[in-house]
Amino acid sequence: MIKGISEAGVHEVNLVVNDEHRQLHLPPWVTLLDALRNHLGLTGTKKGCDHGQCGACTVICDDERILSCLTLATMKDGSNITTIEGIGSEDELHPLQSAFIEHDAFQCGYCTPGQICSGVAMLAAGRGDTREEIQDLMSGNLCRCGANTNIIDAIIAVKNQSK
Amino acid sequence: MKKQNSIGQPYRRIEGALKVTGRAKYAAEYQVEDLLYGYVVNSKITKGRIESIDESATRAVDGVVEVFHHDNRSSLPRFDLLYSDMDAPPGSPFRPLYDNKIQFAGQPVAFVVAETFEAARYAASLLTVHYAEEEFDVDLKANMDKARDPSKGLATFIKPLPPGPRGDFEKAYAAADERFEGKFHHGSQHHNPMEMFATTTVYEGDGKLTIYDKTQGTSNSQIYVSNLFGLSMSDVRVIAPFVGGGFGSGLRPQYQLVFSVMAALELKRNVRVSMDRRQMFTFGHRPETFQHTRFGATKDGTLTAINHEAFAETSNFEDYNEVVVNHANMLYPADNVTLDYKLIPLDRFTPMDMRAPGGSTGMLAIETTMDQLADQLDLDPLEFRLRNYAERDVSSDKPFSSKELKECYRQGAERFGWNERQPTAKKVRRGNRLVGHGMSSGIWDVIALPGKATATFTAEGKLIVESAVTDNGQGTYTVMTQIAADQLGLPLESVSFKYGDSKHPLSPIQGGSYTTGVIGSAVKAACLKLKDKLFHLAQIMDGYPLGDALPEDTIFTDGAIILKKDPSVRIPLTDIIAFNRGEAVSVSKSNVPNLLKIKQYTRAAHAATFVEVEVDEQLGVINVTRAVTAVAAGKIMNPKTARSQILGGMVWGISMALREETLLDNNLGKYVNTDLGEYHIPVHADVHQLDVIFVPEEDRIINELGAKGIGEIGVISMAPAIVNAVYNATGKLVKVFPIKLGDLL
Ligand code: FES
Ligand code: FES
Repeated sequence: MIKGISEAGVHEVNLVVNDEHRQLHLPPWVTLLDALRNHLGLTGTKKGCDHGQCGACTVICDDERILSCLTLATMKDGSNITTIEGIGSEDELHPLQSAFIEHDAFQCGYCTPGQICSGVAMLAAGRGDTREEIQDLMSGNLCRCGANTNIIDAIIAVKNQSK
Repeated sequence: MKKQNSIGQPYRRIEGALKVTGRAKYAAEYQVEDLLYGYVVNSKITKGRIESIDESATRAVDGVVEVFHHDNRSSLPRFDLLYSDMDAPPGSPFRPLYDNKIQFAGQPVAFVVAETFEAARYAASLLTVHYAEEEFDVDLKANMDKARDPSKGLATFIKPLPPGPRGDFEKAYAAADERFEGKFHHGSQHHNPMEMFATTTVYEGDGKLTIYDKTQGTSNSQIYVSNLFGLSMSDVRVIAPFVGGGFGSGLRPQYQLVFSVMAALELKRNVRVSMDRRQMFTFGHRPETFQHTRFGATKDGTLTAINHEAFAETSNFEDYNEVVVNHANMLYPADNVTLDYKLIPLDRFTPMDMRAPGGSTGMLAIETTMDQLADQLDLDPLEFRLRNYAERDVSSDKPFSSKELKECYRQGAERFGWNERQPTAKKVRRGNRLVGHGMSSGIWDVIALPGKATATFTAEGKLIVESAVTDNGQGTYTVMTQIAADQLGLPLESVSFKYGDSKHPLSPIQGGSYTTGVIGSAVKAACLKLKDKLFHLAQIMDGYPLGDALPEDTIFTDGAIILKKDPSVRIPLTDIIAFNRGEAVSVSKSNVPNLLKIKQYTRAAHAATFVEVEVDEQLGVINVTRAVTAVAAGKIMNPKTARSQILGGMVWGISMALREETLLDNNLGKYVNTDLGEYHIPVHADVHQLDVIFVPEEDRIINELGAKGIGEIGVISMAPAIVNAVYNATGKLVKVFPIKLGDLL
């Protein structure tokens, strides 16, 4: 039986997180989400379920949006990860971040980083042509506060800006 | 000279940039040195005793520091009172790890503390608990014979029990031209805020604790922890500036708080305990409720008889109550009324206030009953409600402090296009989908409580206002800043509202839609006192320019006191501070509602919702294609954040009618869909066009601000309007919620 961390071994994991090279030494069972939050102090990425059911932990990995709670950190060795902290800063907000503020697309703010990462990656992939399509493509990101319509409005506003 | 008002302006949330950049920190996100992680083990049985706990495998895991359970925990008090909290119903509060007794499924029985999160979680899975199981009863329906009146306490004062009978219901019902009788049911529902409960306790060394807690009341958690662990209040500081949703779940301290503090005190280390999503289903929830309505009306559409009964679950140790049956007669002035509200104690955890508690439950039955009667009377549902419009609350024989519901009906109906509604089912189709329209009224009682705030004007020209209150996303931070700014005539940038910290003046828990009224009034009162103090300080300054002007002849604006009739005569506020030897001027003020005055009125926010649904005839799939909610809730402080509150409420209404329910297996005694994959809430694809109207309403009675609060009112009329729209589309009335696909096939 696996007794603990020492017997499972510690693996070197190299990630580029928000354009910065980060080297971690982690047991294999550490998720990318916990690696970001507990080991790199990047708590902008949220944990809403740890089971791939809420989207709060969405990050962008090599241009794809992924659920970091369903991803072991070691699986992403060598990957490029963008978290909410890398999308924009307070002085230089990404247009979608500004649109979220303008459209009041959040209340408690807990689902927000996941929504924004998801929206940014979706737009970058050139997807979401209609409101309905955007609603469908964003449906992996739950919002318990019910900011749904404002979130979709914000995404559409940014999509229209870039046209 | 006119003052700029920020109240009523659609300001963006002040903390917006922090939230969209991931910099807003929630309870589990504070970086502290040498942090230990706790993971909770929950009971596998529903009722019985723990016989023994085998820790050997758990302790063998590298990194495990300690295992806590009833047998080795630090000492806990023996008196119920010390476990009480600001939202505790009458009874004996649950005591985590107190003894070996198991009272409900999922009860926390132990927790493991380790150097890493992964080690704690893994080690917790290895803990072997041996139980002696006893027979349990969790089945509400099977125990209707145990129904009894709720015990009385503070909770029944804030959430009053039903008033006594009026007239002779049975006689009037028998004599009515049209009668409708309905039996309704909904299961338990769990709040499930997106952020899971977590506490990070920092052990400060000198016996002091700094606690980052997920809560809707920093003062509440502070008092609870002090009582439980015998600490002085000044040694316990609870901080919660950002809370990832509460919806009522944070109104009572949850068990991770107890465990985080217990381990920190015992191990003299910093400890974080987070719940997982499954554990989010192991405490308070909206109670499963059966309802029975019998309404009777005369041919001309006058409601004459109302009978509304509710039977709700509670635990075997506390009597949770909510206001379910009181609203029908507040809205519709029938003269023959009997109301009843009963509890049935079961082997489940005590229910808890969940967004629009009671009101959303009761109105679901009341408003669908109203529509059925309207249908029988061949009356438009809106017309039927207008014919029974209450200008006065006959149920308590009091006037309303204000009531613009009629205007909600009018504006909502117009925006929606209600006059296009077809009265008969299956008349309107889009492809293979039936289209239906439905409406509902909404009502939510305004609660008045005392509140306290401090206000300070600094040498830098800043106004600092403080309260321990939290902001779970309602917009409290922004709105309190606006209220304070307006009082001193300052731009928002010059005001800093400090909140979410128990070191600030004590605040009630944030719930019941009362925070704006309660804390907002305290903020206003503190600012008024500060102005007064500044004015009197100014009067003793050399070369005081305002002569014998009274405070009411002046105005605070642009950072100065200005003479109304000659704005060129002014004293900058910073000059007053300079005169005060550069020392900031500070005041503290409690605002206590004038109960004698307000008790003479029925005080409530109102709303009307209009909904369109499409129902797929073959598949039974229901889609809420558009909805309009018109709200009359007194003064709206910030239409931007207020609109979001109502939109959120409407999404909750969709959820109540069509999505959420925690399914209980009566044989296992457990909830079975305890994750977000199986506990359904609306996703983006389920939420379409939602529209909000704020109907102007002036109220000089309820509180200093004339604000009724908007946290719950958006939920209440939405679900019944959907149910009525589904009936209008299909001709089928579903009375067991949420409506499932099969119900319409
Ligand atoms: S935390 Fe990853 S999907 Fe919920
Ligand atoms: S903003 Fe609270 S969960 Fe989305």
